[in-house]
Amino acid sequence: MSENLEKFYYDNKIVKMFAYATILWGVVGMLVGLLVAFQIYLPAANFNLEFTTFGRTRPLHTNAVIFAFVGNGIFTGVYYSLQRLLKTRMWSDKLSMINFWGWQSIIVVAAVTLLMGFTTSKEYAELEWPVDIAITIIWVVFGWNMFATILKRRERHLYVAIWFYIATFVTVAVLHIVNSLAFPVSFMKSYPVYAGVQDALVQWWYGHNAVAFFLTTPYLGLMYYFVPKAVKRPVYSYRLSIIHFWALIFLYIWAGPHHLLYTSLPGWVQTLGVVFSIMLIAPSWGGMINGLLTMRGAWDRVRDSAVLKFFVVAITAYGMSTFEGPLLSLKSVNAISHFTDWTIAHVHIGALGWNGFLTFGMIYWLIPRMFKTELHSQKLANAHFWIGTIGILFYALPLYWAGFTQYLMWQEFTADGFLAYPNFLETVTQIKPMYAMRSVGGTLYFTGVLLFVFNIWKTVKAGTFEANEAAEAPALTSSYEGSLSDHWHRVIERKPIRMLIFALVVILIGGAVEMVPTFLVKSNIPTIEAVKPYTPLELQGRDIYIKEGCNNCHSQMIRPFRHEVERYGEYTKSGETVYNHPHLWGSKRTGPDLAREGSKKLRKSHSWHFNHMYDPTSMSPGSVMPRYPWLLSKTIDNGSTTTKMAVMQKLGVPYTDEEIKSGKADLEVQAEKIAAELQEQGVKEADASKEIIALIAYLQRLGTDIEKSAK
Amino acid sequence: MSVLFILIIISIVVAASFLGAFIWSVKNGQYEDDYTPSVRMLFDDELTKKEK
Repeated sequence: MSENLEKFYYDNKIVKMFAYATILWGVVGMLVGLLVAFQIYLPAANFNLEFTTFGRTRPLHTNAVIFAFVGNGIFTGVYYSLQRLLKTRMWSDKLSMINFWGWQSIIVVAAVTLLMGFTTSKEYAELEWPVDIAITIIWVVFGWNMFATILKRRERHLYVAIWFYIATFVTVAVLHIVNSLAFPVSFMKSYPVYAGVQDALVQWWYGHNAVAFFLTTPYLGLMYYFVPKAVKRPVYSYRLSIIHFWALIFLYIWAGPHHLLYTSLPGWVQTLGVVFSIMLIAPSWGGMINGLLTMRGAWDRVRDSAVLKFFVVAITAYGMSTFEGPLLSLKSVNAISHFTDWTIAHVHIGALGWNGFLTFGMIYWLIPRMFKTELHSQKLANAHFWIGTIGILFYALPLYWAGFTQYLMWQEFTADGFLAYPNFLETVTQIKPMYAMRSVGGTLYFTGVLLFVFNIWKTVKAGTFEANEAAEAPALTSSYEGSLSDHWHRVIERKPIRMLIFALVVILIGGAVEMVPTFLVKSNIPTIEAVKPYTPLELQGRDIYIKEGCNNCHSQMIRPFRHEVERYGEYTKSGETVYNHPHLWGSKRTGPDLAREGSKKLRKSHSWHFNHMYDPTSMSPGSVMPRYPWLLSKTIDNGSTTTKMAVMQKLGVPYTDEEIKSGKADLEVQAEKIAAELQEQGVKEADASKEIIALIAYLQRLGTDIEKSAK
Repeated sequence: MSVLFILIIISIVVAASFLGAFIWSVKNGQYEDDYTPSVRMLFDDELTKKEK
């Protein structure tokens, strides 16, 4: 063996860069998270700026933590472990650098555009189309580099972690492209090709798989590398790791509809999602068991090693949230949890526990290794661990409590058959203390992160970095000896990875771009005759609703429960949202549902809305909704009306050419009418050209269509 | 609900490509040894140290 031993160097520089980026964006993302946690009960914490208001900071928080913190964490771990598992340097240092700087630029652009209000409204896919294209390119660069490295490997066997990385790459690419298909209106505005129930289904097919293939599979891969390394013991069962890997990826893709239980998504699709979600317990727990049992015989070391402590809690958090997830996807449980803070608690067990702690453990292990030194302080790392763990508990428990409390209040009827808490606000003020406690938990967790930063910084200072680490391995004999050389898919077998990429790229680009719009334009969703497209003013108002991120706190989906119908009116039909590019069903009710805000049952005067947007507490004392004074001074972008309507028409919304031509004028007429009505109602400063008018027009339209059909 | 066709087709394509990868990995002999890979991955660092 030794005669053909090859000498090569591992690229540690790229790993170091990604590790630093992980730490930096972790701090930023969690700091924004903290801000959001305060804003939810102290709306004045938006500093009275549109850019830092909850509807924009919340998407910034989720995107920063998922794609910036965890994203860089994935790259850190993959770039370190892939080289060593394959006994080769990354295929191209240049691609590694493009991957790094490309990803960081995307993060910066994402942060700026989200705060400026450029958003698609789709959760975890809020970024507008130019950023989406950049993400696709950089992701392909990453995949290209990874697969090329796999092809030039010196180790024939692909260790299980690599399979997790491959699944991550392939599926994230598919999800991202399919969910982001949109028709541009302008440089930073687009409408998705899907509408209503279809858009919701695609979004949550994506949304759930973002959790599965961005927060789970890559991190399982990291677990399979870094946990055995840190424990210095092989994984408990390699066979189990293979079985649960394949089971996991085959099941995960179908679980998305569990985010839409009791909505107007067809029942059988909901059930399908539930069935797959329940089945997911098995492969998920396969991973947890395998991770935890890798500690067998080494549990005593957990006492001394902060790294192992982090890993143990991370894997435990993974096990808990993947047990809770299937439970939450049971319809009866989901009826309680959906739209409440229970969901927020659930995802944070995963994010803070699983992703956060695994990342911390990994970096605590990696940095001393790459800097040829010891960790600056084990004591400090242990302190970080305990503060972080207590932080998670203080974060999650109040939110479980809040979620339950709010649901119980929503569905409570008096003995006479009336809602016990007809005013939604009562159910919010009740849980404010829990929100306050959650922000304490978040602060604790963040304090731990600061200790982490300090500890890593001191370690880096004390060590000497080795950018290129020497290694040796025998070359891989070039062809494998199989007896299948005459088999028809011999070519596929010999070039599996290239095949995988080519097939996917071809099918996706060809299929998606050409078929999807034609498929969807004349959709076979049951339409309701009375449901008509929005007027130009309402359309602009809807875009303001999206821009301000109203959907982060207000759902537009009334579920068929007695208490919801009693509170908000008739449950939502799929036919009502056929012209909604994008859908705005929402996933959380920090404020009440708005699906029928303009209906007879819920309708308020224009002046109520005007005053409420200017200062919510003037109309609803105690409200936690932020003020939107800028809507009173910003002018409606009527210049975009024609294009917007034309794009909608292309996407299948039945605007006539005449309607599009007269769109701008029609908008002004309706705006003047609303402004005049506002003046009549005593709002002297009402100005027909301002955004508030468009938003009022939109809100007053919501839920009115089917009332017409009832007549 | 025509989008279901697209999602199902794409999901099946993804699943099929994974199936292809799975078949390849089995035929390639990736899983013939389901123990030593877990041990071998632990060793690379030692080799580097000796080398110095």
